[in-house]
Amino acid sequence: MVKKYIVNSLLILICLFVLGGCDLVVMNPSGDVARQQASLIWIATGLMLIVVIPVFILVGLFAWKYRASNKGADYDPNWHHSTTVEIVMWTIPLIIIMILSGITFVATHRLDPYTPLSRISPDQPVPSERDPLVIEVVAMKWKWLFFYPEQGVATVNELAAPVDREIQFKITSDALMNSFFIPALAGQIYAMSGMETQLHAVINEPGVYDGFSSNYSGHGFSHMKFKFLGFDDSGFDTWVNKVRTTGSRIDEPVYLALEEPSTDHPVVYYSAVSDKLYHNILNRCVAGRGTCINEYMGHSKSKHAEH
Amino acid sequence: MAKDYAAIYSDDRWSPIFGKLSWDVIPWYEPVLLATFVGVAIAGSALLWWVTSKRLWGYLWREWFTSIDHKKIGIMYIVLALVMLVRGFADALLMRVQQAWTASGGAGYLDPHHYDQIFTAHGMIMIFFVAMPFITGFMNYLMPLQIGARDVAFPFLNNFSFWMTVGGAALVMVSLFIGEFAQTGWLAYPPLSGIQHSPSVGVDYYIWGLQIAGIGTTLSGINLMVTVIKMRAPGMTYMKMPVFTWTALASNILIVASFPVLTATLTLLTMDRYMGTHFFTSDGGGNAMMYINLIWIWGHPEVYILMLPAFGIFSEVVSTFCRKQLFGYTSMVYATLVITVLSYIVWLHHFFTMGAGASVNAFFGVATMIISIPTGVKVFNWLFTMYKGQIHFELPMYWTMAFLVTFVIGGMTGVLLAVPPADFVLHNSLFLVAHFHNVIIGGVLFGLFAGIVYWFPKVAGFRLDPFWGKVSFWCWVIGFYVAFMPLYVLGLMGVTRRLSQFPDTSLASYFNTALIGALIIAAGIGAFFIQLYVSFRRREQLADVSGDPWNARTLEWSTASPPPQYNFAFTPKVHSLDAWWHMKQHGFVRPNGDFKPIHMPKDTGAGFIIAACCTIMGFALVWHIWWMAALFFAATLVVCIYHTFNYDRDYHIPAGEVDATERARAKQLVETAPI
Repeated sequence: MVKKYIVNSLLILICLFVLGGCDLVVMNPSGDVARQQASLIWIATGLMLIVVIPVFILVGLFAWKYRASNKGADYDPNWHHSTTVEIVMWTIPLIIIMILSGITFVATHRLDPYTPLSRISPDQPVPSERDPLVIEVVAMKWKWLFFYPEQGVATVNELAAPVDREIQFKITSDALMNSFFIPALAGQIYAMSGMETQLHAVINEPGVYDGFSSNYSGHGFSHMKFKFLGFDDSGFDTWVNKVRTTGSRIDEPVYLALEEPSTDHPVVYYSAVSDKLYHNILNRCVAGRGTCINEYMGHSKSKHAEH
Repeated sequence: MAKDYAAIYSDDRWSPIFGKLSWDVIPWYEPVLLATFVGVAIAGSALLWWVTSKRLWGYLWREWFTSIDHKKIGIMYIVLALVMLVRGFADALLMRVQQAWTASGGAGYLDPHHYDQIFTAHGMIMIFFVAMPFITGFMNYLMPLQIGARDVAFPFLNNFSFWMTVGGAALVMVSLFIGEFAQTGWLAYPPLSGIQHSPSVGVDYYIWGLQIAGIGTTLSGINLMVTVIKMRAPGMTYMKMPVFTWTALASNILIVASFPVLTATLTLLTMDRYMGTHFFTSDGGGNAMMYINLIWIWGHPEVYILMLPAFGIFSEVVSTFCRKQLFGYTSMVYATLVITVLSYIVWLHHFFTMGAGASVNAFFGVATMIISIPTGVKVFNWLFTMYKGQIHFELPMYWTMAFLVTFVIGGMTGVLLAVPPADFVLHNSLFLVAHFHNVIIGGVLFGLFAGIVYWFPKVAGFRLDPFWGKVSFWCWVIGFYVAFMPLYVLGLMGVTRRLSQFPDTSLASYFNTALIGALIIAAGIGAFFIQLYVSFRRREQLADVSGDPWNARTLEWSTASPPPQYNFAFTPKVHSLDAWWHMKQHGFVRPNGDFKPIHMPKDTGAGFIIAACCTIMGFALVWHIWWMAALFFAATLVVCIYHTFNYDRDYHIPAGEVDATERARAKQLVETAPI
């Protein structure tokens, strides 16, 4: 047992040095947005190493050279100021942070989750004739409900999309705050009740990816996972057909039953969706449980809850 | 069998006399908790019996509990921090075991009901009842000595603040055995912490524990801030203050400006829970985003409340052990002040993923990165203090070296998290967990340990045993890396935090490694306590009568170890930065006569009693025992008012007594002086 631990620890140490050796989905994602986010991590790390590596070297060097037992080293107990050193130690971090801030400013706008994509992949622009695939996401206690308005279907704990097509997620929650996250696809965004957040992303390689909530939301949180399936176009159509043919319809009573807290909820397919279900979930007025938020908030204030 | 917790705490069971309390809230059906309780009960009874049999109650009450001597209060703060460190660390081990177990394919031994309490308690205890009392204890003990004062500005308030902090900690500890603790994460975000989703008493323990301790922290912040501003020795202008005092001032300014925000935020949450208001609910016009903003407007400055005094400790340690004036004192001071101001305009980086626009996120991201500039300058200042120094590698210097390397890594991952698009993939992951432990352990805690070894001879009159100190040091440093580097990797593998179950056994080796790291840290904590014990046993050999064992630079080293009650027989006159070093260089002669009576504040039990009333009131509010809450609220007021009629608040130490103390000290110095 102990030996196994030691071997494992060594493996991890090796892995730490050769980051590519592990399955680091954040650094090797399959979606263009996540890939750009990963490259930002590399760029920022590289920039910071310009300061960090000299610091490491100087720590070792000074500690060794000026150890008390080294009688040969200079000792100047009153040397406490040097304009040159001060200028260097303020300006070098300043310059690096200025560069990094510029990169950050541009990247934050380019990768703003609310902004439609500017490209499908580095060498592929977004085709103008094809609208993004809209998927409406509801974080529930403790499962995920997905609506596909274009296809007229819905699913629980399974999400699918065609590769190389822009996806526009509209995200809300029935009650608790969660975070919608598929590391291979793109960064996360909170799911909050009564409000809608958005995420634009694209998956570039077919495959099965992990999705989950990354914001703690109570006892069932550990199991709040789903699979995200990336298909080619025909594969996606086949999947939609499967959902249409195997599922039943979801309407407000079915939704209310689904709202009961549950953990490790199985995948469920819904072949049809009743009118305005997502709208009513978002505006917290399913089955007439209250006035819809978008009605009582007035038109000017309801930016978040518009639908 | 899963217990029906909702039923136990349901409002239907409320009774006018006992509120929501009943036998069912005692978790006798939980073997782990029951065993803990038995252990605590046995150890506690043994301690009580020992204190009683040694007839120590009177001594403790007179000399410690009612003491308003800043030095004794400082020590009591640190004792509290050490006790709570053991509790908080036990929580950490429980989590590590659970994660290693379930990641290896096992079922684990903690259900979510308990696991979620543990990580909530771990975070809350480590910040509020370990790091905060540690820092406050250091500031309490050292800052008045460093500025040549006899006590803090408001000595009674100091005692009261301490007991309020203890009261908060006591409430959190009580929740272990009576009822349960919050299952919300350490900042208790609504709507999860609202009454609808957390109907039991856990969040109420959290709220009242924090509110009571928070009053103590705010008052102590005011107290220490005023002390620095008003009570510096003649000649000590701001730019002649020791760096630790500067950082203490900055930290207390942050406390005074930010803790009221925490209090107000928690009050709003309390109203949501107790009175049916809708500040942070999903319905009724409330919005949880408001809470998250408010709590981080307190929460980010809190990071620097902890970090800045640790920077101060490192500054003192580096210049002392390099036998050299701190490089760039002025830029160090300005860097501290820049960080103080900037720490207020970065709070949003804790939730870039909440959906603010790109411009807002970019602003807060850039503001956060700017903080790394003055922080980087500090690192260079320490480095260039070593340059052309004469570095004596005593234990405090060990901690400083480990800090420099570790903290720089933590700073780097911090800047990564400040890039909003990068944060979208790293937020809430184990990468984030690794980052903040990297800066809080590698920064704050290493600083505190450096400070403990450095100032221990001042406090106790003998040094700490270096062997066990080194054992503790290496365990902590190695343990830290073994425990947290795997978490960085796990974060990059897309593993999120606060999970108690893992379906994927490929993660097992990482979690097992992290568990080994935690066990190494446990050995480090053990070695630290052994160090205390061994040093106490060897106190004759390790004794320091000089009062200045490290050939140090600041005023606290000019007085005896431990300092007399009045700190300084005559208030020192300061002519230079590093006042004591300057005095030594210019042939300082100890005054040996002409002593005057010294005006001192008088001890009082009022602080203890008021804080006890508040704590009982807090307990009553947690359990909805309204009569008891009202009674102890009234009692708090009555004792406060009664205390204002206490005119017997000060006394003079007669000149003769000062003379005798100083003579004994002079004699001791002559006898032991090297010839």
